[in-house]
Amino acid sequence: MTTLPAQDTVLPPGQPSPRRLARRATGADRVFEVGARTVGATVLVITGGIGAFLAWQSVPTLQRYGWSFFTESAWQPEADVLGIGAVLVGTVSVAGVAMTFAFPLALLTALYISEYAPAGIKATLVSLVDLMAAVPSIIYGMWGYFLVMPHAAAFSLWLHQHLGWIPLFDVDADPNAAVWDQSRYIGSAFCAGIAVAMMVLPMSCAVMRQVFSQTPPGEKEAALALGATRWGMIRSVVLPFGRGGIIGGTMLGLGRALGETIAVLLIISPDFVIKPRILEVGTSSVSALIAGRFGDASAAQLSALLTAGFVLFLITLVVNTLAAMIVARSRSGAGTEA
Amino acid sequence: MTTTRVPTTRVDGRTHEAEPVVARPRATTHLPTRDLDAAPPAPRPGLGKPTAEERFATVGSWVSAFALAWLVTQRILPLGGPAWLLVVWFVLGLLMSAVTTSMSGRRVDVVDRVVAGVVTSGALVVGAALVSTVVFVVYRGWEPLLHLNFFVDDMAGVGPRDPFDRGGIGHAIVGSAIELGIAIAVTLPLGIGTAVFMTEVGGRFAVVVRTIVEAMTALPSIVAGLFVYTVLIVALGFPRSGFAAAMALSVMMLPIIARAADVVLRVVPGGLREASLALGASRWRTVWHVVLPTARPGLATALILGVARGVGETSPVLLTSGVATFFVTNPTDGVMNSLPLFIFKGARSPEPMDIERAFAAATVLLVLVLVLFVIARLVARPPHSRSSR
Repeated sequence: MTTLPAQDTVLPPGQPSPRRLARRATGADRVFEVGARTVGATVLVITGGIGAFLAWQSVPTLQRYGWSFFTESAWQPEADVLGIGAVLVGTVSVAGVAMTFAFPLALLTALYISEYAPAGIKATLVSLVDLMAAVPSIIYGMWGYFLVMPHAAAFSLWLHQHLGWIPLFDVDADPNAAVWDQSRYIGSAFCAGIAVAMMVLPMSCAVMRQVFSQTPPGEKEAALALGATRWGMIRSVVLPFGRGGIIGGTMLGLGRALGETIAVLLIISPDFVIKPRILEVGTSSVSALIAGRFGDASAAQLSALLTAGFVLFLITLVVNTLAAMIVARSRSGAGTEA
Repeated sequence: MTTTRVPTTRVDGRTHEAEPVVARPRATTHLPTRDLDAAPPAPRPGLGKPTAEERFATVGSWVSAFALAWLVTQRILPLGGPAWLLVVWFVLGLLMSAVTTSMSGRRVDVVDRVVAGVVTSGALVVGAALVSTVVFVVYRGWEPLLHLNFFVDDMAGVGPRDPFDRGGIGHAIVGSAIELGIAIAVTLPLGIGTAVFMTEVGGRFAVVVRTIVEAMTALPSIVAGLFVYTVLIVALGFPRSGFAAAMALSVMMLPIIARAADVVLRVVPGGLREASLALGASRWRTVWHVVLPTARPGLATALILGVARGVGETSPVLLTSGVATFFVTNPTDGVMNSLPLFIFKGARSPEPMDIERAFAAATVLLVLVLVLFVIARLVARPPHSRSSR
């Protein structure tokens, strides 16, 4: 015997009854939902598993070496002295040099594309910046190593001669020697930073340009109608509106610069010393350390390398998360007349 | 004096219907009058196309600055070399445009012109850097490219001093293709499936997945390579091979593709989904016949850009695949070469011909990335502007 739904008795006969809407999926929909959930869980396990694995691997290293792992500069597994102090300083100085070059150039290029470029070539320029971001890092590495490094070394010498009293620009060599010792000025954090700058520049530039292009046109026209020049309009409307994008794009670039491997590995001469002298030969970075030392590493050393990689991952994660938060919280994207 | 009902303006600026009051002059209002004898205000620089005079002032300042810079650096001061010429040209150019603008304009106009010079120069520097990269790589590597065998042969038995009509990068191209093929076969279903889960199913668990996936895009590629090296090669005893390299690339590409696909699927209009569901389609059919086709150009772009990223990524391959000098077609059978690895090894070699071969391979890689990029652009174009169909 079947039970009729209750409302059938209430409704007059002949009138269609409303279909029941089930919140829970049934039949094929259930299969779809479970299937999609499984895929999501798989990816979660894979990606989250990497993070968990890295964290788990770094426990024995940190137990073994403690805080000195972060302060010790030498990497001598045979003497049981391991630390990432020097490589962290090297990573930060390479990324710092890269951002010193990349930030102003990215900002100027983004401003040029969004505000100054003729309308006809704007789309082409946007594509060119995107293409620049797609060029493999090994090619920028070769550009930096074979083409730029001799000139960068000459520029380093000039900086050393004129600004050598600043510890940052000091080099352990005679700046006024009759024949300058080029080998003291190559393979430095400065040289590597230039190549890395080429890599992060298009990324920052793309983010900034996108935010600038979202500036409400009404506000720009209002500034121009009040008699502002083009620069006055940019200073009073575009830059304040895009501040979030400028900071966020720069930090995204910084995150990329910290993790860059091949260009750095190609250019630098490995050296494990904590030093502020960015023009001098010899530096190191976490990624170059991993690429240089993984081959002959024992299980314990591999765990130490994984710990270094985990630290690098945490740093880039923090930088990227901050960048995403800044971009999301800025006014960018929320026009006035929405 | 009569009492009238006229709108008057209060101190607070609001207009209102005035009470009938005895109007007495409290303050006088002046209508602005035009002083016909005064000199006309200086013409504002227009925002449209520059006039011939403005163009002349801009171009003329920079040309004269170049001449002056050449004179100063090459003839007067001991500052030879093109670097000083460019720097002095830049500084003098800004100075010159400031001077020429101040002859006719106000202070803000001078600032405007100088900033325009700075911004344009910055963009030019970036453009010059990009052009120098491409030209330099092609210039250093064009010679091996003239030989057909460079594209089809391998380097087995070819010494570093052998002429360019022997040996080639065929094995590296094949290796790159195999590794990327496996990586795409792994990441594409997983990445798009995850994106479908995050956008179509949703819920609290999807938020967790999205957070983790976004966090893992921060994973440096070298750490992804080290992870696969530790797990697959050291712990599980798998040999260094194309398969391991493909796994490293997958680990690196999976969060990137999943995140990009998520962004693309999120902008599919909800009305389309609701229309499909209202017509009685199941969730799966809605995704397969409505959501994914709508997002197809965006998904293709995400995939192609992910591939362009993966094909040039050297560090995970460096740790996991080993280097072969001969054709390897079985991805599980020992070492395998790939384009970025070939370039890296060649660039580090002391032999000049190895370096030249590396530059030639870099040219091939550059062209490959360019082709992928153009395809991505064509696919991403909205359908109405496509010539076919």
